[in-house]
Amino acid sequence: MAMDLLTPADGLEPSAPSERSRAFKRFWRHPMGKIGVIGLLFIILFSFVGPLIYRVSPDATNLLYLLTPPSVKFPLGTDELGRNYLARVMVGGQLSLIVGFASAFATMLIGIAYGLISGYAGGYVDVVMMRIVDIMLTIPGLFILLLLDAMFSPSAFVLVFIIAFTSWFGVSRLVRSEVLSIKQRDYVEAARAFGASSWHIMTRELLPNVMGTVMVASTFQVAGAIITIATLSFLGLGLPPPTPNWGELLNASMSYMYQDAWWMIYPPGICLLITMLSFNFISEALQGVLDSRR
Amino acid sequence: MVFRFIVRRILEAIPSFIGICILTFLLLHLVPGGPAQAAIGPHYSAAKVAALNRALGLNKPLYTQFWIWFTHLLEGNMGTSYVYNQPVLKVIGNALPHTLELVVVAIIVSHILAVIIGTIQGYYRNTWFDHAVTTISFFFWSMPLFWLGILMVMLFSVDLGWFPSGGISSPTAVNPGLGSYVAHTALPVATLVLSTVATWMRYMRSSMVDSMVQDYVRTARAKGVSELRVVFKHALRNSLLPLITLLGLSIPALFAGALVIEEIFNYPGMGLLFWTSAFARDYPVLLGITVVVGVLTILGNLLADILYSLVDPRIQYR
Repeated sequence: MAMDLLTPADGLEPSAPSERSRAFKRFWRHPMGKIGVIGLLFIILFSFVGPLIYRVSPDATNLLYLLTPPSVKFPLGTDELGRNYLARVMVGGQLSLIVGFASAFATMLIGIAYGLISGYAGGYVDVVMMRIVDIMLTIPGLFILLLLDAMFSPSAFVLVFIIAFTSWFGVSRLVRSEVLSIKQRDYVEAARAFGASSWHIMTRELLPNVMGTVMVASTFQVAGAIITIATLSFLGLGLPPPTPNWGELLNASMSYMYQDAWWMIYPPGICLLITMLSFNFISEALQGVLDSRR
Repeated sequence: MVFRFIVRRILEAIPSFIGICILTFLLLHLVPGGPAQAAIGPHYSAAKVAALNRALGLNKPLYTQFWIWFTHLLEGNMGTSYVYNQPVLKVIGNALPHTLELVVVAIIVSHILAVIIGTIQGYYRNTWFDHAVTTISFFFWSMPLFWLGILMVMLFSVDLGWFPSGGISSPTAVNPGLGSYVAHTALPVATLVLSTVATWMRYMRSSMVDSMVQDYVRTARAKGVSELRVVFKHALRNSLLPLITLLGLSIPALFAGALVIEEIFNYPGMGLLFWTSAFARDYPVLLGITVVVGVLTILGNLLADILYSLVDPRIQYR
């Protein structure tokens, strides 16, 4: 393929992998990066491996133990139906994390594609495309989400797309502004002079160079998506029953505040907090690493 | 010059407004089920639905419906709530002041706190104070808003009994008085402030760190201006600029936050109204609230831009 001749950068940069590993080392040496990764690993293990080790059904009711505080038999107590709360909190993370990652992925795909096209095309196309983003950004996403959610009562799969549909605007704007500055650089001009197609320039020249920005943005997106799902479930919408999730558990726990059922209020919240802190730490460390490279 | 800039910004806001109207309208009407069915409830029949559709004008083509709705909107007529059987404007008008009160008080308190703490933090950067505040703000920044709300109720209402857990004033008192209102607003406002101030403080800090190394700060110091004046006059004034932009940008988030908080504290504002209307499929109210929030956001951004142009001497009016 003639196009392959246009990508000498791949072969001419023997330092590329080692630079990547250096960046990773620097990321790992960043205290926040390390804490973030460990925190995230803990949450993933807790939610996905935990139920394999602690083999108790999260749905089995036990009418002799309604709303009991933590004990040896029930490490995190029981809920209003006598269900084992530890098992429920563990399983509750699974859907939150899967849907969170999936919708962040979908969000990034839409946002990157839109930003690339808008920035690359320039001119009127860019003006119109960014105008649409401006309009969308003035509507609080949560209101639209709540609406769509109430109207469709979506499955987890559809919810991924609904969240992606309401949260890609920021990403597209970010990518577009990066593209605007990158497309003036010499190597892009050179590729264009060689007669490279727009597709080639967008995917091979522009995309790799916005990846740093994209990575930082994606950590925010995952965190945001997980919070969004939890918030929707907390508001009584969001993920369909019967599988529990953290937001829904917190929603249920609100009814038992006056019975002082603290074991129902803290664990799901702490899990969410650890997840959010981990992502925020990771993005902070990523930003630090990327900044020092500039 | 400033005047022309302001006029141009206002003209630019008009397409945004029309865009919001089209979007919300489409979203709500490209839905299965339909509003008539929801209004009648479980005992609907085809004839009843058809009759109600005719009465509400829902059988006309979509663009006609939009045009009717849009012209009515410009006249201040947002239709009638299916649930409350009252004009939407009145239903929203009852709830809006409560939300505005929540959001405006939260914005003011957050700004004051963010400016004070962020300034001190930026000035004493990389000291134990800076690190401690950064750590705390990371926690509040990462904390899910609804969980924070629940914890506030648990601590200050259930355990300590200092504040009521919900509502807007004491339901038993004949004339609740201002004290009761303030007590009922304290926890919702505090929750919204805690969640907002963490982000704003971080911006304020980094903006302050940037200003402290600028030439005008060095010049002021060289002239022998007292350190307090350097920080609070020369550096602070320039550090405030990003915060103004941030204010405009965070309005949608503040309304979203108010929605969650109103649900937790059973606070009868626009968020709670939207939430109950979403379950009832009260389309006119949902449409109305989305438009109102959109318009308030546009106005907020406009205000932020104008404020910015007045404060920053460097800005160019094209």
